Amino acid sequence: MADQSTGAGGKGIGAHLGGHLRENGMILALVAIVLFFTVIVRVTQGVDFLSAQNITNLFLQNSYVIIMALGMLLVIVAGHIDLSVGSVVGFTGAVAAVLTVNMGWPVYAVVPTCLFVGLCIGAAQGYWVAYWRIPSFIVTLAGMLVFRGLTLWLLDGQNVGPFPKSFQSLSTGFIPDAFGVGKPNMTALFLVALAAVAILWMGLRARARDQQFGITPEPMVVFAIRNFVVAAALLFVGYKLASFRGLPNVVVVLSVLTVLYAFFTESTTTGRRIYALGGNEKAARLSGINTDRLVFLTFCNMGVLAALAGMIVAARLNSSTPKAGGGFELDVIAAVFIGGASMTGGSGKIIGVVVGALIMGVMNNGMSIMGIGIDYQQVIKGLVLLAAVIFDVYNKNK
Amino acid sequence: MATLLEMRGISKVFPGVRALDHVNLTVETGEIHAICGENGAGKSTLMKVLSGVYPHGSYDGEIFYDGALLTNRSIRDSEGKGIIIIHQELALVPLLSIAENLFLGNEVASNGIINWPRAFQMTGELLRKVGLNEPPTTQVGKLGVGKQQLIEIAKALAKDVRLLILDEPTAALQENDSQKLLDLMLELKAQGVTQIIISHKLNEIGRVADRITILRDGATVSTLAKADISEERIIRDMVGRDMAHRYPERDSHPGEVLLEVSGWNVWHPEQQGRQMIRDAAFTVRKGEIVGIAGLMGAGRTELAMSIFGHAYGRDISGTVKMGGKPVDASSVTKAIAAGLAYVTEDRKQLGLVLDEPIVRNITLANLAGVATRGVLSRGREQQVAEEYRRAMSIRTPSVFQKVVNLSGGNQQKVVLSKWLFADPQVLILDEPTRGIDVGAKFEIYTIMNELAAQGRGVVMISSEMPELLGMCDRIYVMNEGRIVGELTKAEASQERIMSLILKNDGKAKVA
Repeated sequence: MADQSTGAGGKGIGAHLGGHLRENGMILALVAIVLFFTVIVRVTQGVDFLSAQNITNLFLQNSYVIIMALGMLLVIVAGHIDLSVGSVVGFTGAVAAVLTVNMGWPVYAVVPTCLFVGLCIGAAQGYWVAYWRIPSFIVTLAGMLVFRGLTLWLLDGQNVGPFPKSFQSLSTGFIPDAFGVGKPNMTALFLVALAAVAILWMGLRARARDQQFGITPEPMVVFAIRNFVVAAALLFVGYKLASFRGLPNVVVVLSVLTVLYAFFTESTTTGRRIYALGGNEKAARLSGINTDRLVFLTFCNMGVLAALAGMIVAARLNSSTPKAGGGFELDVIAAVFIGGASMTGGSGKIIGVVVGALIMGVMNNGMSIMGIGIDYQQVIKGLVLLAAVIFDVYNKNK
Repeated sequence: MATLLEMRGISKVFPGVRALDHVNLTVETGEIHAICGENGAGKSTLMKVLSGVYPHGSYDGEIFYDGALLTNRSIRDSEGKGIIIIHQELALVPLLSIAENLFLGNEVASNGIINWPRAFQMTGELLRKVGLNEPPTTQVGKLGVGKQQLIEIAKALAKDVRLLILDEPTAALQENDSQKLLDLMLELKAQGVTQIIISHKLNEIGRVADRITILRDGATVSTLAKADISEERIIRDMVGRDMAHRYPERDSHPGEVLLEVSGWNVWHPEQQGRQMIRDAAFTVRKGEIVGIAGLMGAGRTELAMSIFGHAYGRDISGTVKMGGKPVDASSVTKAIAAGLAYVTEDRKQLGLVLDEPIVRNITLANLAGVATRGVLSRGREQQVAEEYRRAMSIRTPSVFQKVVNLSGGNQQKVVLSKWLFADPQVLILDEPTRGIDVGAKFEIYTIMNELAAQGRGVVMISSEMPELLGMCDRIYVMNEGRIVGELTKAEASQERIMSLILKNDGKAKVA
């Protein structure tokens, strides 16, 4: 009677796609949105949406959202929220500006200092949430006000800049060409090709391992198509970047962080525990999981990532302004929910969040090129967020 | 007698599961009709079809009610016709008063303005009918489960109920509250209210039911008249086999003392100065099953949870020894490391991450067991889950099924698997068979015997005295936070246990 197990092997492609609608659907949606803008921008403006320069811009403009979304996913999976990240971006950017511009600290001292400031901010907020059980909404709403105020105070209401070249390269620097060819940038091409091969290889290895343990893998067709799309997109983007100025430093940081966080959430005991904590905190605690500490750590982590984003934003603007980071928390949180995380905690994937952030970024970029006013842009972004969550809820109820 | 309800050939299919397969049910006017069946037999689904949770058209077959074809589109529709269901999980708003709850969605109002004097007066009448002596302004959350259950019934009466469906109404009640409820059912019957009761408790069915319909695997097995109702017959029809022995045989060879708790005192976590456990002491030997008996509120769960990593209470004092050596069990992590496990009575709230698959729930308490230096091995994790699925016969199409989709018995097996994978020396099982059917109970008992045979110590907390008597080598009796007696298997009987409780209860009101 217990052996109805492996019967799922006969499931068709349709059934599989139905079960994984969200993951594959997200990638398809991103591809569709990119194609849409490519066509519409070409027709209406005569501009190449997929030009090397625009692709580079796209990453530079959105890196901070993706970086913070990685941390925000953990916070949201744990069943909390962090509204303060926009203000923390502003504050750490201001700290960086004061240290670098006013006090003349070198970059290698400023970067760790700012990350440490971020850690402290995260710890200060996480402490109240985790150990005092103050709702995270309240604590981080307070943090949002406090750190915005501190930013104003620190900068004395002024813009502080410009940064030295070495600090700017955090955001606007590119990986130099090690092969000396110049254009296209061979380092970039090589790294991207390597990444594509690695993704494919790891995918195949996971399939083989699954089969070995008797897990029914997804149909080969789906696997092949998805990986083909991902690899092709990667190579295309890589080629474009290479033919412009090479791989931006930010893209490298971003990719490394994405891979690390994907690994952390899916394959480590601590990552798994965060999901269990978000799914049912009491059950997790009674299973010997130190839930308070985990919550505390997710906020610490968020603080560090917000500080990193703060420096990248400051470096990109080449000055710290009291308004930097305003409203970023909304973009970041939206990206996480578009990426399929659950409002109540316990579910959500890194890859979904990255794609979600890219969808937001591509839409920002595309609509700006089309000359759509900021008013309509906000309306459209809001509707996309709503639609994505409705889609989730609908699927869940079905 | 006239027929009030006739359900003919009802079938209901969920993706991948045929929950109901041509079920027939006939209920006569003015009778109490019991529906029995194992978990997953389709009882609740059938009642959801009847009460409009699944609207007309979403199932096959026909329902005739009062001689006419029933085509409910919603719960409201069926309530309008006097069909009212009281679910196992009560649907009251704890922060609102009794009166507000009674007329929720059905307010005594004209043009949206509530007539409070009239509402209070009607509340008083309804409360008298169900025998509840509480002012209408009492907050519902401040009442016990037994009283809340009565309010649910009063709520049904407020809607002019003709067919009242009670889904396991006594599952969360203690003995005297259950008796009151059953009396009320008989009284309502005398007033002409037809009732359907879903219950696992065979003695209750025997007491109130006129007829009984037994479901198995989504199909009707039999409908028995009162004269034919016997426990053996019901059990046989429910599980499809004779159950000569309700409790599996076991050779008991207790070894040396494994767990020893002494001088255990626990105070209430919120209410200052309220002592929950007083100077409790007990031992568990290797290969022994030890029972803890007591009425609800005697402090059994509080005792267990406070020992298990101080998961309950404050200002805890006393010593816990494992194998003769004092151990630090002051956090759940330390308690697990010391070899303790606590299987909660509240699977859904405290035991499982419902939205996660079986495999992730099984490994949760021992992730290190499927990881190397903090990195999980999916393959090993799945192997572990498959092993437990086989060993426990967890009925599921795949270990990647979310546990929320499993029946109560199978969920319980997942919780047990989780704790067995943590490899404890002593397992404390808190009401391990609550809310699960006879067949699954037998399986849980068998697992408990295996655990004892492996040389583990098992503590079984239960409100069902027959199961304690059937399973345990020794039974401790608790009352008002104290251990008031200890009985060996030979000494123990329901009467002895009750008399220990009553003798030590100054108030001695429980009869």
